[in-house]
Amino acid sequence: MRYLPLTATDRQAMLDKIGVRHVDELFKDIPNDVLNPEIDLPRHRSEMEVERYLSRMAAKNTAAGSVPFFVGAGAYKHHVPATVDHMIQRGEFLTAYTPYQPEIAQGTLQYIFEFQTQVAQLTGMDVANASMYDGSTGCSEAVMMARRVTRKKKAILAGSLHAHYASVVATTTQFTDDVIERLAPNPADPEAELQAAIDAIDADTSCVVFQNPGVFGSVLDLRPLAEKAHEHKALLIVVVTEVMSLGLTQSPGEMGADIVVGEGQSIGNGLNFGGPYLGLFATNQKFVRQMPGRLCGETVDADGKRGFVLTLSTREQHIRREKATSNICTNSGLCALAFTIHMTLLGEKGLRGVSLANHKAAVDLRDALKGVDGVEVLNRTFFNEFSVKLSRDAASVVDALADKGILAGVPASRLYPGEGLDDVLILAATETVSADDISALVAGLKEVL
Amino acid sequence: MLKFTEEHEWLEVEGEIATVGITDYAQNALGDVVFVELPEVGASYEKGDEVAVVESVKAASEVYAPLAGEIVEVNEALEGEPGLVNSAALDAGWFFKIKIADAGELDDMMDETAYAEFIEGLE
Amino acid sequence: MSMNNQGRPTSAGAATENTDFESFSGHKGLRLAEPLIFELGSTETTGVDVPEVDEFEMAIGGLERTSEIGCPGLSEPDTVRHYTRLSRRNYGIDMGVFPLGSCTMKHNPRLNEKMARLPGFSDIHPLQPKSTVRGAMQLMDELSHWLCTLTGMPAVALSPKAGAHGELCGVMAIRSALEARGDAREVILCPESAHGTNPATAAFCGYKVKAIPAKDNGRVDLEALKEALDDTVAAVMLTNPNTCGLFENEIRDIADAIHAAGAFFYCDGANFNAIMGKARPGDLGVDAMHFNLHKTFSTPHGGGGPGSGPVVFSDALKAHVPVPFVVKTDDGFDLIEEADDKSMGRLVAYHGQMGMYVRALSYMLSHGSDGIRQAAEDAVLNANYVLASLGDVMTASFDGPCMHEALFDDRFLKDTGVTTLDFAKAMIDEGYHPMTMYFPLVVHGAMLIEPTESESKFNMDQFIASMRGLAGEAKAGNVDRFSGAPYHAPWKRLDETQAARNPVLRYSPEE
Repeated sequence: MRYLPLTATDRQAMLDKIGVRHVDELFKDIPNDVLNPEIDLPRHRSEMEVERYLSRMAAKNTAAGSVPFFVGAGAYKHHVPATVDHMIQRGEFLTAYTPYQPEIAQGTLQYIFEFQTQVAQLTGMDVANASMYDGSTGCSEAVMMARRVTRKKKAILAGSLHAHYASVVATTTQFTDDVIERLAPNPADPEAELQAAIDAIDADTSCVVFQNPGVFGSVLDLRPLAEKAHEHKALLIVVVTEVMSLGLTQSPGEMGADIVVGEGQSIGNGLNFGGPYLGLFATNQKFVRQMPGRLCGETVDADGKRGFVLTLSTREQHIRREKATSNICTNSGLCALAFTIHMTLLGEKGLRGVSLANHKAAVDLRDALKGVDGVEVLNRTFFNEFSVKLSRDAASVVDALADKGILAGVPASRLYPGEGLDDVLILAATETVSADDISALVAGLKEVL
Repeated sequence: MLKFTEEHEWLEVEGEIATVGITDYAQNALGDVVFVELPEVGASYEKGDEVAVVESVKAASEVYAPLAGEIVEVNEALEGEPGLVNSAALDAGWFFKIKIADAGELDDMMDETAYAEFIEGLE
Repeated sequence: MSMNNQGRPTSAGAATENTDFESFSGHKGLRLAEPLIFELGSTETTGVDVPEVDEFEMAIGGLERTSEIGCPGLSEPDTVRHYTRLSRRNYGIDMGVFPLGSCTMKHNPRLNEKMARLPGFSDIHPLQPKSTVRGAMQLMDELSHWLCTLTGMPAVALSPKAGAHGELCGVMAIRSALEARGDAREVILCPESAHGTNPATAAFCGYKVKAIPAKDNGRVDLEALKEALDDTVAAVMLTNPNTCGLFENEIRDIADAIHAAGAFFYCDGANFNAIMGKARPGDLGVDAMHFNLHKTFSTPHGGGGPGSGPVVFSDALKAHVPVPFVVKTDDGFDLIEEADDKSMGRLVAYHGQMGMYVRALSYMLSHGSDGIRQAAEDAVLNANYVLASLGDVMTASFDGPCMHEALFDDRFLKDTGVTTLDFAKAMIDEGYHPMTMYFPLVVHGAMLIEPTESESKFNMDQFIASMRGLAGEAKAGNVDRFSGAPYHAPWKRLDETQAARNPVLRYSPEE
C-alpha cells in the first residue's frame, strides 16, 4: 500500500529484534474475542480509483464560481489570489506541528505574530490571539471570558447576531448558571434591534453581543451601546462575520468594543461547505490574561537574535487543566496562514479597494432590484449584504431559482424557522458578482415572483 | 517571628500582621516566575483557601492561606517585577500581608530549623 | 595550439581556516533572514490589482473608516519570497521523522489535498439549497459510515471542529442523558495521565474532576476505580490506548464497573491509530469517543490546525447528538439543522470541517479496511521496534509490549547533568523534531516516542542510532552537547521567561 513503507522483510527483521513471531503478539492486551473483527468496508484503492470516485461525488455539487452566486449569511465568496493556496501547500507549512519547539518553528511563529498584528489592526483593538476554530465558537468563548472578567452571569445576545452563533452560545452554556437573553431579530427595523439591546442592559449584565454588519446586513454605529454597557460595568462584544467589511466601515475598536470576535473566512479561505474556517479574537491589553487560545510573543534567543514563542501558556489546558480559560488546544493554523498571506498581498490599499468594490456590487444589486415587483429592499445601510421582503415564500423562490442555475441568497427561514420571517431573503454581493450575474438574478426573480 | 508551612510558605509575624511569601526551595522548584496573581485587599480567607497563584512559564502553582485572616496589603512590586520571587524570595519577593484571625494556628507551623529538616527529607 | 585562456580552477581546493565572518546582508548562504511584513511593506503597496470603482453614493450610514488600518502590503514577488523564506525555518513531517507521542505525525498524502480542492467540494456554501449539494451530503454520510463501522458504534456527530471540541460534545451528550433521566451528577473521573483537555472539558461542563490512580504497570487501578465509582460520578474519561502507550487490558471490566454505577464511559480517541481495524471501541463498552482526524486520518497539522473531532456514540447517547447531521432519505440525503428537545443543540455554525472530511475520506478510501489494519499494525510494530532498540540505553517506563508509542523517562539521565529538555534539544541538532516531552505527567521527565506507520525501517534505524548515540554522550558526561542545544538549528534556545514577563504580542511602530 503506497503510504506504508515497511516491506515483508523489514517486518520480519523487526519482529525478530522485538522477540515475537507474529505482530498480533504485540496486541496481546486486547481481549482475543474482539481482536481482528470483521470490518465490512471496501479494500484499498489506487490513487486513480479514489480520484475517480470522489470526483464523481464532487460533480454532484453546484460550485459557487460556476453560476450567479449571492449566498452569504456569515460565509462569503471572494477572490483569493492564486499565490495563497500555493504557499500554504509548502510542506514546511502544511506538515508542521504546533510550534512548541520554537527553534525549528520560527516560520510558523513569525506568521502568527504578523497575523495577530493584522487582526488587531483590522479590528482596532490592542491584541489578538492566534485564532479560534471559527467565529461562532469564538463568540461563545467571548461570552465566557466576559463572565470571568465581570463576574456577572447575564449575557445579552442582540437580534443582529447570526442564529447559529446564538445557538452555539446557548448550547455551550446550557449546563452552567449563565443567563442568556436572546433578543428577537428585526430585519425591517435595525435601529429598533439596536435600541432593544441598549434597553436590555442592566446592573446584572456581564456582556452584550452585537453583530455588525448584522445578519440581515445593516451597519450601525454602536457607540451608544458601548456607552450603556460600560455605564453598567458590562463588556461590549462585537461580532464581525464579514471581515472584509473592516476595509470600509469603522472598526469595532473605535466604536468602543471590549472584545471583537470575527469570522476570518472571507480573507484567504474558500467556502468549503462550512469549514475549516477561522475564528478571530481580539481584545484590549487589560484583558490579555483572560483571553482564550494560543498567543505568540516576541523575545530573543541565546545569541540575542529576535525570535518568537508561544507565550502566556499558563492560561491553557496543557498547563492549567481544569482551571484553564478554555479547553481549546488546536487553533486554525493553516487558515490563519492563508488569511495573513492574502492580507499581505492586499495591504491596506488593496483591502480598501476590494471592500469598496464589494459595497459597490451590493449597491448595484439594490438599485437593480428597485424595479422588480414583489421585491422590497429592507435595509437603509449595508456593506455587501442586505435583506429583501418578497411577495412569496423566500425558500421556494430560492429553490425555483436554483433549478434555473442561480444561487439567489439565503432565505431567512433557513436560519430562523417559524419566526415569521418566511418572506425575507438575505442577498450578498461581493466583488465576484458581475453585472451579468445581477441581470440574471433580476430576470430570474421576475419570472418566479 | 519567622514560621514555615509544609506548602513552602514563610510567615514573618509582627503583632497581629503576618507577611507571607514562598520559600527559596519553592521558587527554585518553580523556575523563573513570570506572573503572580495576588488576592484583593480586604478579602478574607480560611486556612487552606487558595489565595494566590504563582506562574512560571510552564506551570502555575496555587498558594494557600497559611492561616485564617484578612488581607491588608499586597506586594504591588511583583506586577512589574515578578522575578523578585526568584531573586529575593524571603524579603522583597513577599506576596501579601494578612491580619491574623486566630494566633493559635501558628502553633503547628515549623521554625527555620524544622523547615530545613523538612525539605531535606523531601529530596 | 589554439588557446582558450579563459580557464579557471575546477578542483575543490584546500579547506580554508578563517570562515567566521558575518555577511553584509544578514543572510548566510541558503539561510535567509527575513524581517516582519511591517518592516518591509507599506500601506501604499499592494500585490493585487485593485478594482476600479466609479464614484457612487454609498449606503453605509456615514460610518466610513477614516482611521488608518496600518496593514502593510507587498507585491506578489515579495510576498512569495517572504513566505518562502519563513517556511524554510520550519521542520515538518515532510522533512523527517516527527516522533511526537500522542500526535500521530503520519504522512499527509497529497491526493487528499487535491481532492479537497475539487471545486465541487471547496467552492460550495453551507447554506446553498440542499438540492445543489447532494454530493456533499453523500460524502458526510459515507464518512459517517466509515467511522461507525470502524468503531462498531451506531451514531456519529461530525460537526466538532477539533479533538477538544469533540470531547466537549461527548461530555455534553453524557450530561444531557443524565439530566434527561433526572439523575444529575457532579463528578468526572480522569486518570492523572490524561491529556489536559480532558479535565479542562469536564470543568467547562460544570463537573468536578477527580483523579483515578494508576497501577505500577501503567494501567488504571480497577479496584481504586470501583471504589471511586459512586452515584455522584457522571462519567469516566479514559484514553485507550492510554497516554503511556499501553492498552488498558481490563477495559471490559472497567466499562462494566462504570455502567453498573450508572455512569458513562467516555473514550479519548487520540490514540485510535494503534487499534483501528484491530479492535472496535463499541465492543469494549465505550459510550462516546472522539477522533482527531488530524492525527489518525492524516489531515494535515498545518502548524497548529485546523483539526476536526467527530464523535461516535452508543445507543445510550445517540439521541443527544448535536445538529446538524445528515440522514438518508428515499431519494438521497437530507441535512437536519433543527434540534429536537433531546439533542444537545448546536455546537458550531454551519456543518463542520468539510475540508477535513474530504481529506479523511480520501485517506480511508485509499487504505481500505485492509490498509487501515496494516497501518495500525505497522504503527505498533515501529513503536515496539524503537522500544526494543532503545530499552537498554534509555529507561522505558513500563514493560513492553507498547502500542503505537513508547514511553521513556529520565532515570537514565540521572546524575548526568542532562535533563529531558536538554536531551530533546540535542535531537534537533541530529535533524529530528523532539519527541513529546514532560507528558504524561505520571513519570518524571517523560519522553513519549510515536514513530507512526509512515516510517521505513531505514528511517527507524537512523533515528535509533541517533538516540543511542545521544544517550551514550549523556552518560559519558559530555554535557556541553546538550546544555546549549540546539546549536545547528536556525535559532538557538529562546527566552520564554522574557516573553511571559513582558508580553509583546504584536508589532508596534514605536519599536
